[in-house]
Amino acid sequence: MSTAASEQRTGGSRLIWVPLAGFVLLFAIVAIGLWRPADRTVRSALVGKPMPGIALAPVVAGKPGIEAGRFAKGQARLVNIFASWCIPCAAEAPQLLRLKAMGVPIDAVAVKDTPAAVAAFLARYGDPYDAIGGDPDSAVQFALGSSGVPETFLVDGNGRIVEQHVGDIRAEEVDGLAAKVRGLR
Amino acid sequence: MAEAGLAALWFAAVLALLQLLLGALTIRWGGRADATPRRAASIAALAGSVRPVAVVQGLLSAVAMLCLIWVFATSDMTVKLVVENSQSAKPMMYKVAGAWGNHEGSMLLWVTILGLAGGAVALLERRLEERTLIATLAAQAAIALGFYAFLLVASNPFARIWPAPADGLGLNPLLQDPGLAFHPPTLYVGYVGLSVAFSFAVGALVTGDVGPAFARAMRPWVLGAWTFLTVGITAGSYWAYYELGWGGWWFWDPVENASLMPWLAATALLHSVTVLATRDGLRAWTVMLAVVAFSMSMIGTFLVRSGILTSVHAFAVDPTRGAFILALLAIYIGGALALFALRVGTVRQGTTFDLVSREGGLVLNNLLLSVILGIVLIGTLYPLVAAGFGVQLSIGAPFFDKAAGPIALILVAAMAVGPLVRWRRDDGQAVLARMTWPIAASAFTAAGLIALGGSMAILPLLALSLAAGLAVASIAPLWGRALRRTPLAIWGMVVAHLGVAVSLAGMAASSAWTQERLVAVGPGEPTRVGPFTVTLVGIAPVLGENWSGLEGQLRATRDEDVLILKPQQRFFANPPTTTNETSIRSFWDGQLYTVLGQPDGRGRWQVRLWWKPFVTLIWLGGALIAIGGALSLIGRVARDRRAAQRGGWA
Amino acid sequence: MRRAILAALALLAASGVSPLAADTPLPAQPLAYTQLADPAQEARAKALMETLRCLVCQGQSIADSDASMAGDMRALVRQRIAAGESPAAIRRWLISRYGDYVSYDPPLSGATWPLYLAPILLLLAGIWIARASFRKRRR
Repeated sequence: MSTAASEQRTGGSRLIWVPLAGFVLLFAIVAIGLWRPADRTVRSALVGKPMPGIALAPVVAGKPGIEAGRFAKGQARLVNIFASWCIPCAAEAPQLLRLKAMGVPIDAVAVKDTPAAVAAFLARYGDPYDAIGGDPDSAVQFALGSSGVPETFLVDGNGRIVEQHVGDIRAEEVDGLAAKVRGLR
Repeated sequence: MAEAGLAALWFAAVLALLQLLLGALTIRWGGRADATPRRAASIAALAGSVRPVAVVQGLLSAVAMLCLIWVFATSDMTVKLVVENSQSAKPMMYKVAGAWGNHEGSMLLWVTILGLAGGAVALLERRLEERTLIATLAAQAAIALGFYAFLLVASNPFARIWPAPADGLGLNPLLQDPGLAFHPPTLYVGYVGLSVAFSFAVGALVTGDVGPAFARAMRPWVLGAWTFLTVGITAGSYWAYYELGWGGWWFWDPVENASLMPWLAATALLHSVTVLATRDGLRAWTVMLAVVAFSMSMIGTFLVRSGILTSVHAFAVDPTRGAFILALLAIYIGGALALFALRVGTVRQGTTFDLVSREGGLVLNNLLLSVILGIVLIGTLYPLVAAGFGVQLSIGAPFFDKAAGPIALILVAAMAVGPLVRWRRDDGQAVLARMTWPIAASAFTAAGLIALGGSMAILPLLALSLAAGLAVASIAPLWGRALRRTPLAIWGMVVAHLGVAVSLAGMAASSAWTQERLVAVGPGEPTRVGPFTVTLVGIAPVLGENWSGLEGQLRATRDEDVLILKPQQRFFANPPTTTNETSIRSFWDGQLYTVLGQPDGRGRWQVRLWWKPFVTLIWLGGALIAIGGALSLIGRVARDRRAAQRGGWA
Repeated sequence: MRRAILAALALLAASGVSPLAADTPLPAQPLAYTQLADPAQEARAKALMETLRCLVCQGQSIADSDASMAGDMRALVRQRIAAGESPAAIRRWLISRYGDYVSYDPPLSGATWPLYLAPILLLLAGIWIARASFRKRRR
């Protein structure tokens, strides 16, 4: 830089503005990062792709687990990833019950949970599920590309994942979700 | 008390504004050749007032900081900041440290150090041309003014709360640690030192006075800043090592990178300023580096505070504050770089060098350090750029190791040769002859490792061999010198370069030979890790001043030595957090590192054990580097003093 | 008060209940916190874990995290390595689930080539700038 810089007096090159240009670029990058923070949610890379073939053992008595091939039987459904120890899951329960009442079929994956705790959770917050499979070691979560509880996957009748909903479903989102499921039939 | 602090802060801000205006007027009017004697006298009066104003401004900011420490020490729960970050049941040390363990307080500490540094420049600096000094102080005032505005407008540390609650919310338990209580202030001193170098550069650009005198005035500040940054990074690394509980000491985390980047720039600056002081070369480049070094510390502060990058160390994340820092950054750095582009043409060309010369070696040092700096900067910000295009990706150790690792090793090799090359011009053959012993040390180490170790990874092997060569080469400048008459600055260089060799050896040895045991054990079951046999004796509850916890008792034996280690799990109620307290024992040949994990539900406990050969050398090397910096600083300052007393030019 | 806390802690120690409220009641999987028996396999697993990003932490690899999900991912890596799968295949499998975010070692792709080109460009630019500082020896 030193002589390149001092040659400027005679040469009149514009290179001397390069550091400032570099700084302006840097400034732009961080300013954009600050004012328009990118979505930090880690989304599943499986959206738009077929549901992985999962088969899960039942968790609670009188409720089937998830058998292989369940998602390619022509009916669109929601798969709710939840856990009895997760507080937002309890907050989400009324919305799931409403979806169920609207005729949306919902299956569940209970993450790292015990049968007794799941049964108590369902007794307390209601049971909107057609089937509940247990995922004692997060293996299904990893297979689905899910990074927390609760999450809800929308799967179409051919077993393709259409959408991933990260976090609890809010009351105002219920109608839209139900409409999407109906639209897929 | 809080109001007194606030008042001091306001007065200091007003004085900073005054200092800036006085300085600017002096420079503007003083530049005219046609000044009448009366006019010249009034300009001299103006110029003479800048120094005292700077000193008083520094003192006032210190008063504000003392007021804040006072309200924290007395747990004054009518002050909002105390309520949010402290608690009456807490050791006194952490109450005091709590004053800067939060955003507002740390910013106040920043301006306090800045103000005191400005005052010190005003009091002590006598070598620089008066006009350049005034311009420097004006630039320093401009920086301080921005931070005063930031504090007073966007983050008042003295705001009261009504009604006052009975007790505070507490300090993050991770921060309740002696290492971390003093880690941020150390880094701030380093950052502020770089801001002084920046102000010198701006001052020199304004007056076009870039030369050896400017370099000598700036050098102690760069040395001091660099020493403190070294201490800060070394301490931060050790803190992460024992606190996070997985045995790692560097994670290439954005916040770590934010502290590494100013250090890299300061290291480059330290070497280029020597070229400027000794040989009057690298003029524009040195000015540029001074601007870059301070930019890096501002960008680092911004990245940490704005939370635009996810980090384990993120705290006080707030986009508004981020925006404020960003605006300051744009004004100072953008302004300085524009000034650089406009004014550097007035800086006369410095001397050029022969390729084989000490200067040539220092240019290589600057080149490689700058490239590493660029890699760290790009690697840190790249995920942000990608996110702007909707791509989520993560950049971590694999990228930095691959991209910066080889360059760092070349730099180490250059470090070994550089100090053995003469200034001005040297002969390649002669340099090679001087390198005989270092090369022999490297070859011997490599051969020994291959013979003994057998299957050793190539990178640690290379690093250990280079470290051995560098260790020998770094002492070589002392050969044939009368040790007692050797200048302290030379000692500083020797010790610092030796520190790099020691640290590198520690990194390579621990990465090559670490042994890890992650096991679930019941009482009485022995586990072997490295040369130790470790047995869990029992688990017992313990109580601390503001936490409760469980303590594992581990009995470790090696040959006849028996020692007891007590790793803990601590539960803090306020705010509710669990932390792991590692228990570490150091030996001459490594560290035994133990962590107590969770029970496995079947009556056993998870324990994590590591034997880390020579890992301590990493931080010992860091300490040596810092000691080298301090020796050099003392040597330079003492020499300048003597020269000033003799009345000659320093 | 002090005694009550001690008693509660002793109970905690005995029962092994995790102290955190909103966390799973199940104990961590064995392979989350214990190593594979085969040192060569464990070394491969460890090297891979150091380059996988914990999904729920703030920028840590799964090898350095106490989060329960990081533990599960460590167990998954160890199980698959023990079953004979290659580290590269496991990384690919995780990337097919989570995208490049999960890997600290981003693959060379349309989005990352500027990143990998940057060090080389920086070095060339540096040499070009430094070149100007040297006197021409022979003309």
